[in-house]
Amino acid sequence: MSIFEYNGSALIAMVGKNCFAIASDRRLGVQLQTVATDFKRINQVHDRLFIGLSGLATDAQTLYQRLMFRHKLYQLREERDMKPETFASLVSAILYEKRFGPYFCQPVIAGLSDEDRPFICTMDSIGAKELAKDFVVAGTASESLYGACEAMFKPDMEAEELFEIVSQALLSSVDRDCLSGWGGHVFVVTPTEVKERILKGRMD
Amino acid sequence: MSQAAIDVPKGGFSFDLCRRNDMLAKKGVQQPSYRKTGTTIVGLIFQDGVILGADTRATEGPIVCDKNCEKIHYMAPNIYCCGAGTAADTEAVTDMVSSQLQLHRYHTGRESRVVTALTLLKKHLFSYQGHVSAALVLGGVDVTGPHLHTIYPHGSTDTLPFATMGSGSLAAMSIFESKYKEGLTRDEGIKLVTEAICSGIFNDLGSGSNVDVCVITKGHKEYLRNHLSPTPRTYVSAKDYTFSKKTEVLLTKIIPLTEKVEVIEAGDAMEE
Repeated sequence: MSIFEYNGSALIAMVGKNCFAIASDRRLGVQLQTVATDFKRINQVHDRLFIGLSGLATDAQTLYQRLMFRHKLYQLREERDMKPETFASLVSAILYEKRFGPYFCQPVIAGLSDEDRPFICTMDSIGAKELAKDFVVAGTASESLYGACEAMFKPDMEAEELFEIVSQALLSSVDRDCLSGWGGHVFVVTPTEVKERILKGRMD
Repeated sequence: MSQAAIDVPKGGFSFDLCRRNDMLAKKGVQQPSYRKTGTTIVGLIFQDGVILGADTRATEGPIVCDKNCEKIHYMAPNIYCCGAGTAADTEAVTDMVSSQLQLHRYHTGRESRVVTALTLLKKHLFSYQGHVSAALVLGGVDVTGPHLHTIYPHGSTDTLPFATMGSGSLAAMSIFESKYKEGLTRDEGIKLVTEAICSGIFNDLGSGSNVDVCVITKGHKEYLRNHLSPTPRTYVSAKDYTFSKKTEVLLTKIIPLTEKVEVIEAGDAMEE
C-alpha cells in the first residue's frame, strides 16, 4: 500500500471565466474503514485563495498549519495578502525543503489574482509545480478525475456552469474509487463572492 | 523569543521526517513516486550559437500529469538549461543556480559564463552523490563563444557539439548521429533539433506532446515555446456534456467578498 492511499482523497480545481472552483470529497478513512464523512481537505488561506491537501491527513494538517503561519507572517510584514503565484512558490519551497523525508501530501492551490485572473496549480509531495491553464487534480481518485475533467472541461465557463461541471466530474470519479467519496465540498470563487456548497453523493 | 524558535528556515534540506518515513517504509509502506519528466532533451552547436530542444510531457508513473510543461529553464540571459529526471530537483537546482549567477553578475558586472553555471551545477549535484536526480543539458553563448554541456545526476559532465539526455536520448541521438554536421545554419539547426525531439516523442513513451526550442546566439536569444505540436488533440466532442438533472446540493453558504478599499494617505492630517 502506498502511504498516499492511507486516508483516501479526491481533489480538483478548475478554471472558468474570471472565476475558479475547487472541490474535494468528504471522506476520512483508515485504509478501508471510514472514520469521518465530513472531513475538510480544502482550506481558505485568504478571501480569494484556497489550498486543498490530498494524501496523508496528518501531514496535510501539519503542512496547513505551517503554511498559515508563514502566510500570517507575510501579512504582518507586508500588510497585504499573498498573490496566488507567491503562495504556490512558498508551498513548493516548504515541500522541497523536505526533499529526502517528504510530507506525504499533494497540494492543489487555487486563487484569484488582484486582476481577477484565476490561478490553479498542483504539486507532487516534493514541490514540483505544475501550472495548468484548465484543471488540476490530486488524490486517490486522480486517475478517474483526469479522465472526467479531460472530457467535460470547456474554456470560459461562467460560475454556475463551472460548478455543475466540477461537481459532476468529482461525483462520477469518486464513484470509481473505494477510498474517497461520501459527498463533496465545492467552493466557487468569483470576484464578488465565495459560494461554498456541500454535495450529496453515494454513501457507500 | 530566540530566532531559532521561529520556524522560518534559512535554506538547506530538513531531515525531520526521515526517521518517521523510514519507520513507515520498514512497516511495509510503499515509498511515494515523484513527478518525473521522462524526457527527451537535446542541444546542438550551430554556426552562430547553441540550440536547445525539449518535449513537454511530465509523468507520474504511467500517468501523464502535465501535457505541456516547460523543460527549458532560464539560467541567465545568455544561458538556458534543459532538465530531465525528478521534476522538483531539476526545477530547484536550476532556480538556485540561476539566482547564484544573478548575484555573481551583480558582483562582477559582467555577463555570466557557461562554465560558471556548469561548475555551480556539478558542485551541487556531486555533493549530493546522485540523490538529487537531475540530468541536465546546459547551453549558452558567452564571451568565449558557444558552449554545450551535459551534466549527470552524480555530477559528471561532458562537453559536446551535440548532446541528448533523458529517456528519449537514444531515439534523439540516432537522429543526431546520422544527420549532424559542423556549421549548420540556424534553420537547419532548428529543423534537426525538432526532428530529434519528434523522434523522442514518437518512439519513447516517457516523452510526448509538443516541441520547445530555444536558440541562443551572441547577444540574442529566442525561446520558441511550442514550436511544433505534432500530436494535436483529435477527440474534442462537438456537443457539450449536459446533465439532465442538476447536482444535488445539501447546503449552500455564500460569503460576499468586500471591495478592496484604497487608502489614500492624507498627508499631515494627524499632525498639529
